[in-house]
Amino acid sequence: MTTMVAEAEDIESSFDVEKVREDFPSLTQEVFGNPLVYFDNAASAQKPQAMIDALARAYTYGYSNVHRGVHTLSQQSTDAYENARLSLQRFIGADRPEEVVFVRGTTEGINLVARAFVRPRLNAGDEILISHMEHHSNIVPWQIICEEANAKLRVVPITDEGELDMEAYASMLNEHTRIVATVHVSNALGTINPVREIVDLAHAKGIPVLLDGAQAAPHLPLDMVEMGVDFYTVSGHKLFGPTGIGILYGRYEHLESMDPYQGGGEMISSVTFEKTEYNVPPGKFEAGTPHIVGAIGLGAVADYLAGIGMDKIAAYEDDLGRYATERLAAVDGVRLFGTARHKAAVVSFNIDGVHAHDVGTILDREGVAVRVGHHCAQPVMDRFGVPSTARASLAFYNTREEVDRLVKAIDRVQEIFG
Amino acid sequence: MDLRDLYQEIILDHYKKPRNASALQVASHEANGHNPLCGDRIKVSVQVTADGVVQDVGFEGSGCAISTASASMMTEAIKGKTLEEVEELFQGFHGMVTGKEAEEEVDLGKLEALSGVREIPIRVKCATLAWHTLQAAIKNTGATAVSTTVTTE
Repeated sequence: MTTMVAEAEDIESSFDVEKVREDFPSLTQEVFGNPLVYFDNAASAQKPQAMIDALARAYTYGYSNVHRGVHTLSQQSTDAYENARLSLQRFIGADRPEEVVFVRGTTEGINLVARAFVRPRLNAGDEILISHMEHHSNIVPWQIICEEANAKLRVVPITDEGELDMEAYASMLNEHTRIVATVHVSNALGTINPVREIVDLAHAKGIPVLLDGAQAAPHLPLDMVEMGVDFYTVSGHKLFGPTGIGILYGRYEHLESMDPYQGGGEMISSVTFEKTEYNVPPGKFEAGTPHIVGAIGLGAVADYLAGIGMDKIAAYEDDLGRYATERLAAVDGVRLFGTARHKAAVVSFNIDGVHAHDVGTILDREGVAVRVGHHCAQPVMDRFGVPSTARASLAFYNTREEVDRLVKAIDRVQEIFG
Repeated sequence: MDLRDLYQEIILDHYKKPRNASALQVASHEANGHNPLCGDRIKVSVQVTADGVVQDVGFEGSGCAISTASASMMTEAIKGKTLEEVEELFQGFHGMVTGKEAEEEVDLGKLEALSGVREIPIRVKCATLAWHTLQAAIKNTGATAVSTTVTTE
């Protein structure tokens, strides 16, 4: 017991949020004369100097196209790009670097799997299983291929707390299910889904699982091998990295068995007008010149975060999220959405008698940036019978003092709307 | 701009107690409006006389303070006006909230209270949703009410 207590204290004491904040130059901005409180991390996160420097370096020294030339710069650029892949492989705990495919983001990753893995195996009467708490990007790609194949999109219900109904989930898996596609951490509710259980139940029936990790990667330690998932998607810009870059993890045997997603350069091994031989993964899925510098920037972020330790980040955020939930729950007239037992530091709320958009405008004047609206998860809003909510989504550079600022700004909303 | 200039008493009053906040039983024109940014929906129905005067107008839907107050104040402003006068009011109002003044000065009366919106470009659509929907409704003609949907996008 004593060693466990000591370990817990170590995590607390070795994570220095003030030091972390110095790594993020954008956090020193002011909005309407107030120091910025950035609580819109689930939409997109701020960038550390290490990443910004990596981008500048990549464009300044050794920049060229990758996998093309024999000259020195091309080799340097290729090395930097492939090193970024290694950084991400380590970051997500994948078996091999070839399982990391650079894509534009989670949306493209899901579309790739829908189009190149599921669609060729999807027949009339087959089923695809998603959940009621999905982002639109994990709904629409499946709807499109279901319509094409005359297959059925089935939706696992969620509870009033915003948790996946695991009993219903287990009962909905059957011999027609071609894939389970669900979110790891819900963007609108903050729920952390029980990955191991989801995967085990599906695998017991031979069904592959894709997890949308857009909201998980910035907050939790990841281990693809331990989770046992078949596909996993990450968006770079939510992971403190550049926009327009992300990764799709796929188990190698799946990637090998799949059709290409787009045709072009890089994804081939030989082309004649009669026939094209495709490249091996991941090149097979990286047609055209990739977002080279974006990938390098994302690799730099993965190294930066690994240097701090995702376990420490998760522990700090867990504490901060609980504090934010407690503070907001204590405000009269504030209703919280999503009260799952396992939650990321996301607090969705409404203030009685005030529309979320008005909340957003007033908080902004106080320097507090939150997202208001449906969070690209309209079915979640429908489930809770509201058109929109305000959402404070926290990251490891946020502080308790900032949570206090949010609570004070909510007071101001209530004062104005009296 | 102070927040109190945006959320003036008159706006909060129309938000909390919106006027003409139900669809008309008998309407010559109606349309649905949608703001995809926030998901707000509104239905505007109008009864226009044969000689082109707005006899009655009502709206349905839930929205933010700005969009609800704007819809409510719009219904008060256009009742009894000719379609020509309504169009003038729309142009004047649109000019005021987008910061592009209309060519001819239009007396907007109480609607002036919404002028603060122009300082917050992202909220302009909240203020104009009801007006765009009204315009779409008026373009719908026929003996029975015809419905179209407009969006602010």
